[in-house]
Amino acid sequence: MRVPLSWLREYVEPATPLTAQSLHDALVSVGLEEEDVHTFDVTGPVVVGQVESFVDEPQSNGKTIRWCQVRVAETDTQGAPAARGIVCGADNFVEGDKVVVTLPGAVLPGGFEIAARKTYGHVSDGMIASAKELGLGDDHSGILRLGELGLDPALGTDAIDLLGLDDVAVEVNVTPDRGYAMSIRGIAREYHHATGDPFTDPALTLTPSVGEGFSVTLDDSAPIRRQAGCQVFIARSVTGINATAPTPPFMVARLALAGMRSISLPVDITNYVMLEYGQPIHGYDLDRLTGGITVRRATPGETLRTLDDQERTLDPEDLLITDDSGPIGIAGVMGGAATELDDSSTNVLIEAAWFDPVSIARTARRHKLPSEASKRFQRGVDPLVAEAAAQRVVDLLVHYAGGTAGELGARVVMDLVGQMPQVSFSPESVLGVAGIEVTAERSQAILEDIGCHVESTTEPWSVTPPTWRPDLHDFPTLVEEIARIVGFESIPSLLPQAPSGTGLTAAQAAKRRIVSGLAAAGYTEVLSYPFVEAGLNETFSGVTEDAQVVVANALDPQVNRMRASLLPGLVGVVHRNHSRGLVDLAVFEAGSVFLPPDTLGTDTIEPGATQPSAEAISQMNQSLPAQPWWVAGVLTGTRRPRGVGAPAEPVGIADALQAARDCVALAGGVLEVRQGSHPAFHPGRTAELVVSGTVIGRAGELLPSLAESLDLPRVVAACEIDGTALLGAISGHPTMDPLSPYPAATQDLSVVVATEHAAGDIRQAIVEGAGELLESCELVDSYSGEGLGENQVSLTFALRFRAADRTLTQAEATEAKEAGLALAASRFGATLRG
Amino acid sequence: MSDTPEPTPAATPAPTPESVQSALADALAAVSAAQSVAELKTVRASHLGDASVLAGFHAGIKSLPAEQRADVGKLVGGAKAELSAAVEAKTAELESIEEAQQLQADAVDVTAIAATTHPGGRHPLTVLMEQMADVFVSMGWEIGEGPELEHEWFNFDALNFDADHPARALQDTFFIDPVERHLLLRTHTSPVQMRSLLSRDLPVYVVSPGRVYRTDELDATHTPVFHQIEGIAIDRGLTMAHLRGTLDHLARAMFGDDAKVRLRPNYFPFTEPSAEMDIWHPTFRGGARWIEWGGCGMVNRNVLLAAGIDPDEYQGFAFGMGIERTLMFRNNISDMRDMVEGDIRFTQGFGMVV
Repeated sequence: MRVPLSWLREYVEPATPLTAQSLHDALVSVGLEEEDVHTFDVTGPVVVGQVESFVDEPQSNGKTIRWCQVRVAETDTQGAPAARGIVCGADNFVEGDKVVVTLPGAVLPGGFEIAARKTYGHVSDGMIASAKELGLGDDHSGILRLGELGLDPALGTDAIDLLGLDDVAVEVNVTPDRGYAMSIRGIAREYHHATGDPFTDPALTLTPSVGEGFSVTLDDSAPIRRQAGCQVFIARSVTGINATAPTPPFMVARLALAGMRSISLPVDITNYVMLEYGQPIHGYDLDRLTGGITVRRATPGETLRTLDDQERTLDPEDLLITDDSGPIGIAGVMGGAATELDDSSTNVLIEAAWFDPVSIARTARRHKLPSEASKRFQRGVDPLVAEAAAQRVVDLLVHYAGGTAGELGARVVMDLVGQMPQVSFSPESVLGVAGIEVTAERSQAILEDIGCHVESTTEPWSVTPPTWRPDLHDFPTLVEEIARIVGFESIPSLLPQAPSGTGLTAAQAAKRRIVSGLAAAGYTEVLSYPFVEAGLNETFSGVTEDAQVVVANALDPQVNRMRASLLPGLVGVVHRNHSRGLVDLAVFEAGSVFLPPDTLGTDTIEPGATQPSAEAISQMNQSLPAQPWWVAGVLTGTRRPRGVGAPAEPVGIADALQAARDCVALAGGVLEVRQGSHPAFHPGRTAELVVSGTVIGRAGELLPSLAESLDLPRVVAACEIDGTALLGAISGHPTMDPLSPYPAATQDLSVVVATEHAAGDIRQAIVEGAGELLESCELVDSYSGEGLGENQVSLTFALRFRAADRTLTQAEATEAKEAGLALAASRFGATLRG
Repeated sequence: MSDTPEPTPAATPAPTPESVQSALADALAAVSAAQSVAELKTVRASHLGDASVLAGFHAGIKSLPAEQRADVGKLVGGAKAELSAAVEAKTAELESIEEAQQLQADAVDVTAIAATTHPGGRHPLTVLMEQMADVFVSMGWEIGEGPELEHEWFNFDALNFDADHPARALQDTFFIDPVERHLLLRTHTSPVQMRSLLSRDLPVYVVSPGRVYRTDELDATHTPVFHQIEGIAIDRGLTMAHLRGTLDHLARAMFGDDAKVRLRPNYFPFTEPSAEMDIWHPTFRGGARWIEWGGCGMVNRNVLLAAGIDPDEYQGFAFGMGIERTLMFRNNISDMRDMVEGDIRFTQGFGMVV
């Protein structure tokens, strides 16, 4: 809401001069946040001048300019008539017209500085201004002729003052619960609440007449949420207007500052009254109406050409204004073209109505027609201000358009309109909810000042809010009113004592450990968007495109899937870094992936303000995709940078495995690695990751052709772990047997096996066969080639033996080693390498 | 170290004081002239070893007349002892020199040593989020969690958003297809309030950091995916004073002892009264000032009813603030895009701290 200060001054009596700053300070203290300050950005000298004479001078570029002699003062300082030469491109004026002259030194909106300058062969000593150049609207078809505005000021009059160009508007953000503040009327009241300065309710400054004889029928056969769509309809008529009469400059200026352009006098008046009273007004050309008006819902397939000349197909939920010819307007949203006011209109029917906020909101949204009117209806208009607002329109049309107030009209007000529900209120609740000590007397005074009726003879009080405050419906809303007017700065600061907590859960602590541990180990955490492209999502997750979770209104329709793997996002991050010349990467992300459930969503939705049944809650939860916490990493380039005496080491599957090992270790588990396969990974360089028998992810190198298609280097190491599964696979706390103090016996064991066997399996056989004396068994070498068969490999393991209770002899160690070899031999045909 | 005198030395003339003195002098000269520990070893072997002159003298003692044996034995023993001491001293001297030489040889230009790995780093948003959560954990609050892809009821209806609230329109909220199945990407962390109230025993003091979604295009100050931290406390007798006290505490923990919070009236469906909170940022670049930080208020009675809580017995407060916004003004970041694009320079610029 933009509030021109001159307008507000009509209804408030500030104790100190009203400025943009003082108004902002006042309004922000009662909860209306400042958005902006608007001015015309015009500085003088800008004065009234009169065109004495002009000569049309055709130019070589095809244009014709007028070389004008313009007087801006009755006499010059020597007492002689003073005229100055001004070049003007417009031709919509005649000699004798009074115009607005911007003299050298003036500055127009956009920082346009006026100077005497040579143009078209003359020195133009100023400029004759159009309405647009002054910031008064879009009209640039010609210069502004003051006579057309009904003005005949003396020459040299300050046009800035004359046209209201020195006015300023403060724009405040009105929260959706306070629709009444979207009017000068509401802002004046709020200003009063903030400052205590007196104000006048504009609606109380006039006495509405009632029109009769015009048929209005409210016929809502399908109320939305049990609210009749139209509950108040005031119709008034004004006859014999001159629709082309000029809009008075103050009105043009105030509308402009309020963000609305001047269109025509009758339309400007309806907008002006809407801004002043908060009541949207619609004007019909009375002579184009056929019979009376019926307000009803649309029938299926019904259409209407709205005044923006769009043919609109209506929805049965849309509330319509109709006459005997059919629809003539979408109630509260936009009028129809057929009954629109135009320059030829002489007789006007004014509509001031109350429409259901929900109905208007749905229609405005459905037809994408947000307007100043629908914005106000959506937030709730005072149902009892319609008559006063209609009267204000009648008065302005009579005054400025030369009309006559007609007797024809209607006043239809449904029963119970304006009856506000009583709120039970205990004055102690101000302390009990807001924590502020306020006397009961003060609370009552505040409530009465905001327009409530307070019955305080017994406690709890019975409070009836004013008709413009439908948001005051329970005691906390009344507490807020009292608190905001007393001032939130009065709220004391007390730190509550929570009961003793248990800190982070084991899973929360583990997640933090994993993320921090990976970062400390040289991985860089990134946070990619979980929106991914369908194909890539399938490639990395295996979740087919038609099974993926789809965002209905994605910002980019090509990227409308919820990730079922972290890798599509990560490869995108890798690509972005590569394009910025950052190629040695080890990035990781931890976050949710979205795996489709059997049934997505529910048919119905539970109501608010009531606890759903346990079954309903469980049904909602089951209808959600599983959203486990995953961790993934991608590496490219080198694992260690090139340096003095240290060649760069390229990344590979080993790094992906190391990332997995780090991650599992941070979680408290031991990683087991198996040969794996995945369509997105290199068939020979993929490991399946297993912890305590549970498969928790994979690591390896991406399929080179995939890496290439992603515009990445051929070797991209990647690892993805289901962190939720990982944490689930690790149970209990680590335990530790007493450590043996006896010396270890170490021996190497080299075995020859067929290459088809995985080293991990051979190792496992040795470990099992060697028994409990074997303390550690690490693969330290692998050899194939000369001296071995074609499909043979020699694997060397470093074994460390130790007994719990004695010093082992070499013989005992050898015996255990041979037992290990024997099992490897029987399982995999392993032989001792000679 | 000492050589065993077992092997029979070569026959040598019987020792005389002069010959012992002369052998000792030769040996000491050789020790003194040794240039390295290795050379000294050779010197030692030739002058103290089994084949040495002194060893020969020692062997010759037994062939001396009995009355001379004691004196000569003393003479030879003394010479051996003196020589051993000299060797020991020289060894220490040479070792110390050689150690110094080795250390010198080992020296490197420490400024030229390459890193053995690339640096890693935590994203400052997640670190900041943990840091803010920990302020509450230290007060006994617990961390609540909930799904990012939520049921509409938890995101809106449960939180007193009317069915026709504008935020429920497609232009603000990401809905999951098909839209009539009531799933969406949570627009705030507030659904976790409801989940916490439904699953925990009262009183509840829970803070919930996490990712949220709105249909804003990415630009310098907006991102469709961002982070919030939200707190809710439901207990007997909580008022806005406790809300303010909690926020003041958080402000001081995050921005120092001079930080404080200012509340301004506002409107949110899930709180009543509702307030906008500003923080007094005492060390803001360009001077201390008030900065908009988030929203808060007393939990709306309808929210408590949706959780099955009697609002006449229990009440409480809730608050929430954006992590991105906090990071921006706390760490002087001007462009939102730097936080979301995953450029490693951004994360690595923070390392492990924020």
